Amino acid sequence: MPKKSWLNKILIIGSGPIVIGQAAEFDYAGTQACKAIKEEGIETILVNSNPATIMTDKGIADKVYMEPLTEEALAQILEKERPDGILAGFGGQTGLNLAMELESKGVLEQYGTALLGVNRESIRKAEDREEFKRLMQEIGEPIPSSVIATSMEECYEFIEKEGFPVIIRPAYTLGGTGGGIAENREELELLCHKGMENSAIGQILLEKSVAGWKEIEYEVIRDGRDNCIIICSMENLDPVGVHTGDSIVVAPTQTLRDEEYQMLRDSSIKIIRNLEIEGGCNVQFALNPDNGEYIVIEVNPRVSRSSALASKAAGYPIAKIAAKIALGYNLDELSNYVTQTTSACFEPVLDYVVVKFPKWPFDKFRTASRKLGTQMKATGEVMSICRTFESALLKALTSIEIKCDGLHIPFVSGLDDERLMDKLNNCDDERIFCIAEVMRRDLMDVEELYQLLKIDRWFLNKIRNIIDLERTLQQGPLTKELVYEAEARGFTDTDIIALSGVSRDVLQDIRVYNDIYPVYKMVDTCGGEFDAVTPYYYSCYDEEDESVRSPEEKILVIGSGPIRIGQGIEFDYCCVQGVWAIKDLGYEAIIMNNNPETVSTDFDTSDKLYFESLHIDNVMNVIKRERPYGVILQFGGQTSLNLAEKLNSRSINILGTSYKNIDLAEDREKFCELLDQLGIAVPEGVAVTNEEEAFAAVKRLGYPLVVRPSYVIGGRAMQVVYSDIELKRYLKEAVSLSTEHPVLIDQYISGKEIEVDAIADGEDILIPGIMEHVERAGVHSGDSISVYPDYSLSEEVEQTLVDYTKRIAKALEVIGLVNIQYAYDGEKIYVIEVNPRASRTVPILSKVTGVPMVKLAVAAMLGHKLAGSEYGTGLYKRSEEYAVKVPVFSSAKLTDMDIALGPEMKSTGEVLGIDKDLDKALYKGFLGANMDIPTGGNVFVTLRESEQNDYTAEILKDYTEAGFDLYVTDDTIDYVKAHGIAAQPIDYDTAQQWIMNHSTGSDEKLSLVINLPTVANRKENDSFPVRRKAIERGISVMTCMDTARVFLKAIKLKQQDTTLEYKEIV
Amino acid sequence: MTKTIEKMEGLIYLEDGTVFKGRGFGFKGTAVGELVFNTSMTGYQKILTDPSYKGQIINMTYPLIGNYGISRIDNESDKIHAFGLVIKDLCDTPSNSNSVMTMDQWLQEQKIPGVFGVDSRQITKKIRTEGTVKCLISTEGISIAKARELCRQGELRGDWMKEVSTEKKYVLEPMTLKVGEPQMAKECPEAGENRNSGGSLNSDGKSPDKEKPLHVAVLDFGVKANILSCLRQRNCRLTVYPYGTPAEEILAEKPDGIFLTNGPGDPEEATEAIQEVQKLIRMSETPMFGICMGHQILAIALGGKTYKLKYGHRGGNHGVFDKDTKRSYITSQNHGFAVQHESIILKGMEVTHLNLNDGTVEGMEHRDFPIFSVQFHPEASPGPNDNDYLFDKFIRMMKEDGSNA
Repeated sequence: MPKKSWLNKILIIGSGPIVIGQAAEFDYAGTQACKAIKEEGIETILVNSNPATIMTDKGIADKVYMEPLTEEALAQILEKERPDGILAGFGGQTGLNLAMELESKGVLEQYGTALLGVNRESIRKAEDREEFKRLMQEIGEPIPSSVIATSMEECYEFIEKEGFPVIIRPAYTLGGTGGGIAENREELELLCHKGMENSAIGQILLEKSVAGWKEIEYEVIRDGRDNCIIICSMENLDPVGVHTGDSIVVAPTQTLRDEEYQMLRDSSIKIIRNLEIEGGCNVQFALNPDNGEYIVIEVNPRVSRSSALASKAAGYPIAKIAAKIALGYNLDELSNYVTQTTSACFEPVLDYVVVKFPKWPFDKFRTASRKLGTQMKATGEVMSICRTFESALLKALTSIEIKCDGLHIPFVSGLDDERLMDKLNNCDDERIFCIAEVMRRDLMDVEELYQLLKIDRWFLNKIRNIIDLERTLQQGPLTKELVYEAEARGFTDTDIIALSGVSRDVLQDIRVYNDIYPVYKMVDTCGGEFDAVTPYYYSCYDEEDESVRSPEEKILVIGSGPIRIGQGIEFDYCCVQGVWAIKDLGYEAIIMNNNPETVSTDFDTSDKLYFESLHIDNVMNVIKRERPYGVILQFGGQTSLNLAEKLNSRSINILGTSYKNIDLAEDREKFCELLDQLGIAVPEGVAVTNEEEAFAAVKRLGYPLVVRPSYVIGGRAMQVVYSDIELKRYLKEAVSLSTEHPVLIDQYISGKEIEVDAIADGEDILIPGIMEHVERAGVHSGDSISVYPDYSLSEEVEQTLVDYTKRIAKALEVIGLVNIQYAYDGEKIYVIEVNPRASRTVPILSKVTGVPMVKLAVAAMLGHKLAGSEYGTGLYKRSEEYAVKVPVFSSAKLTDMDIALGPEMKSTGEVLGIDKDLDKALYKGFLGANMDIPTGGNVFVTLRESEQNDYTAEILKDYTEAGFDLYVTDDTIDYVKAHGIAAQPIDYDTAQQWIMNHSTGSDEKLSLVINLPTVANRKENDSFPVRRKAIERGISVMTCMDTARVFLKAIKLKQQDTTLEYKEIV
Repeated sequence: MTKTIEKMEGLIYLEDGTVFKGRGFGFKGTAVGELVFNTSMTGYQKILTDPSYKGQIINMTYPLIGNYGISRIDNESDKIHAFGLVIKDLCDTPSNSNSVMTMDQWLQEQKIPGVFGVDSRQITKKIRTEGTVKCLISTEGISIAKARELCRQGELRGDWMKEVSTEKKYVLEPMTLKVGEPQMAKECPEAGENRNSGGSLNSDGKSPDKEKPLHVAVLDFGVKANILSCLRQRNCRLTVYPYGTPAEEILAEKPDGIFLTNGPGDPEEATEAIQEVQKLIRMSETPMFGICMGHQILAIALGGKTYKLKYGHRGGNHGVFDKDTKRSYITSQNHGFAVQHESIILKGMEVTHLNLNDGTVEGMEHRDFPIFSVQFHPEASPGPNDNDYLFDKFIRMMKEDGSNA
């Protein structure tokens, strides 16, 4: 059946802010869905609060509502738009839950809107544990023995029967929030409580653990005529026990015989049929390696992270096809997008191996537990493609940007045997390196490792192959055959040099002389059976090169790699915009990236896609192949910018700001000198290489101070210190001081923080807008609430900012984008940081001001002048609406992580609240960030001494006036009394108890926590457990008085039952 | 990576002079055959033991072969029928609880030469653009000149179905196991060790052993073990006949149904079989079901024509549209010839199945008689189990026919 003819207007729900378990993959899916629907001539309406996405960009959907994903907002939009259908399967768990609510409350029916692609029944059957269990039993699909529990009693009963270990999974959550494996009663209690709290319906599943079995996944698509196809099968390297989002995943399955493969295929199809899902679905299995017995672990009745991975791994656009199916098409009526001549109703075959490797945020969260389990902790992932497993694995490792050139990292290599074995046993993010090291030291053989870890012997043998090849390289001689073999198995030049002891020049000579370079093969969905047209390539060492260099002038854009804290989807937005701008200007746009979740790696985004590691070796190979006119490094965040030095030294044409000036902006000392010459102030600071120098600096600058290692992303390991003790501890624990790695100590400017993004062409600049932060300087710009346009700055200050920005851009000879962070203490404006690249705020400003920043930047890089553009120069006209960016944290997922705001970035995503009225925009922002906004109740307050001032007192008074009862700790009570604020005493233990009462009917509970701790990032701090527990139970926690101040504005609007007006962005 | 494998040169020589050099494995020897590619990502053991590959050298498009080793339960016949195997990356450390030996050991044992370390995708694309081609595979280190000579001398045969068919008639009793349950090894003498494909099948819910078994005459052109299993699991008693068995002899036993199997070669060369099938159709109205070669022979017997496809269909991922159910199924495929659409619709046949990619005939059914056939492999093995409903259809036909009689 072709398209349902009554569909003229469709609303698509996005997934909102990026959180762990719900990341860029939904931008990719949503963008595909919008395009697939639009090309049918159907009007598309998109609702998504996430401004960093491509899908919310002009030209993707017909209308975009950048509004909170709340029932209220959706109801209002539905009333206004009256769409014929609503697509919820592309917005992750968020979209699905929202659609379920709208449906169950009759809102969809009221406005005559049909739920497309999924039906309420199937969602319920797939996601409600008991329903799912019943269905599986009905259709004879095996599931582990389990019990659905809503109380501890039920949990104890199950344990009595089945024993430990058990897996706890909350119903209706994403990324396995609040789940885990309990080995004993204590863990059981903790996990069950947490699970029930986290579940939207207070329900958890306890199930007998099958940890150690193989974990296998299938991506299935079904259409309205019951045609079903498998897009991709995947095998997790890590056995059951580690969340699939935290597992190293390989596609297709490697160790399954055909019979086993077909058994699980049959099961997947049976399940999707019985769930009557029309669209995409993911089924996870555990397979007993000893006897082929299997159980169904989980079903996701929608597109997911796995389907994004499967789409990229197989070259089959799942979301696009799922959208077409939702419109009424059948699979056999659609054609394969890749070949264009064959049917979409087939099962892709791969003639390569795909490895997905997770990117974890532990480098930033030093106190967070690195242990991997059933709760997902990765923020992003990379994918690599090659024709052997060894090379795919090694390529993936060089893609995750942990400074590794092979299957080793210094920390693991440096452990003694005992500690190495300990670490191996403790399943953490660095386990793969431990396995390699254990083999390298011959501590265990493959069989022993298998018995210990239950990682399939096949994978272990492949790792063994890598170690053996390392040995061969060490033994030498380095023949051309050996170089070929090592390159073909994925070894980097750096690793080959280190192992063989030859110089880079010698290796280079061997490679050049014998032409040992990779060829590029196409991802074509059909193993070469049919001619394909998609320009989607990966490198491998083989005979035939399929990537034909066109005669067009080309520009290479380097992508931003995996999503991580401090470098999120916004950079993918910039890369995609960059690619489009390059095409518009008549060049061939080539992109290189390794992130399977993104729009940039969709095969129809650029003229040519190289799905590759962004290691310098791989980048140079592509440059050698394509010989582009220039390379753009500004859009891929620090990932691409970090290649500047290496590319510059290899005489590659870097478009835009030159390497010399990039380096100048990043070299603290040189940069301060430059600003000095320009007469622009910077916080006084010094780079120190030992403790003595550090304390000498303290004498001169005085506390508080900002300390951080040089060259960092997202303020990694950055802190504000207030005393000698804190500074000492920082220098000892947080950073390893050395002459090579100095620590920067800066004076801390307590004042407003202002962010300016500009496009520069070498002569003029254009500033689309100025953003003012709610939190004062000291909170990382990525974590602060920021407002466009600035709301409290005088015209004079604005003018100074424009003037400074222009002078800095000129001095740095910026061509393209630049982001500058300023601090203003009421008298003087200081420059805190200059980033000669795209920034987090580029998509926000582009969208709210309508200035196509990336497009203008590309034009500038290619010699066009701003003066001639319709947007002019200088400060662009001020918008009539306020846009408030509110950060979103995934703190509940990372156990033991401190959520207190500081100079180190912790948020994973952001939302935008837009309104003419600033308070309403703030309110929308908080709503969009899914924060619990209380209208009354008890507030727990504890403040560090430095915050016990008049400003704080005013805010606390406002809270009491708004009807809140304050409960303060004994270190804060005197201060509160002295300021005449009504408050009662409370201790930490009681506070924790009150937090535990959160979802009970008790009066003894808290509705808000205002906690300004002394030193963030320290677990032993008294208030740490209070913050953690509160966050885990969904109670809002304010760790900065500025946040608390604006939060009250939202509270007041909520108290007044203010009706918000939800509008499309124009 | 292959530490345990003896160092041998691997050579692929195509009749047009193209040479691919890699490493040899398996048997030290040389063979000439038709070079084809298969896109299945699993099931290499079933593919190599499928008699339909007789005379062919198989280039696997999936690069990692040997991963799960060789088991005692994955054979479709008693030996490897393919003449050679070409792959990208050979695994000599397989992992699967059923694995008893490596691919290398098996090919040595079965005296089949293999070549790995070549650009198998390039080979696939060559076949795709130029068609299946005569090819020499050698692991003996022969010179190119020698290879050219041997390749020229080597003959591609089209009558392999005569050779791979059973020599003697034999009988197989129904399996006591229900559809979908694993079959015990060694139950099927012709196939050696075999196991049926697992999966979901819509059995009638009746216990097959309580009913009188249906008697099916199987005309063997190189049958896959799982075809026999699929029938026996549906309570069929099988008499398997050698190639060319006269129709009279078959009908004398009054079978409830006649089954035409898969097999290798050019269907037009199966002259005796075509003749006998013509007689069978003329002499009786016994329900008839053909698969692959059986389908092609049936078409010719009815007066239709077959033709050679440029590079065939070999894999487990093609979508096929069933006009009856208006649905599409993913199929297991292995054929180099196809039935000409126009040629059979004039002969009382209706095309029931079409390949979604190239529109070729994938299945047909007689308008008046209980005769139907498919080009693809509903018995899967390897490949998807989507199409075993066709076996149920055959059973239904036989039952209806019996009740009408």
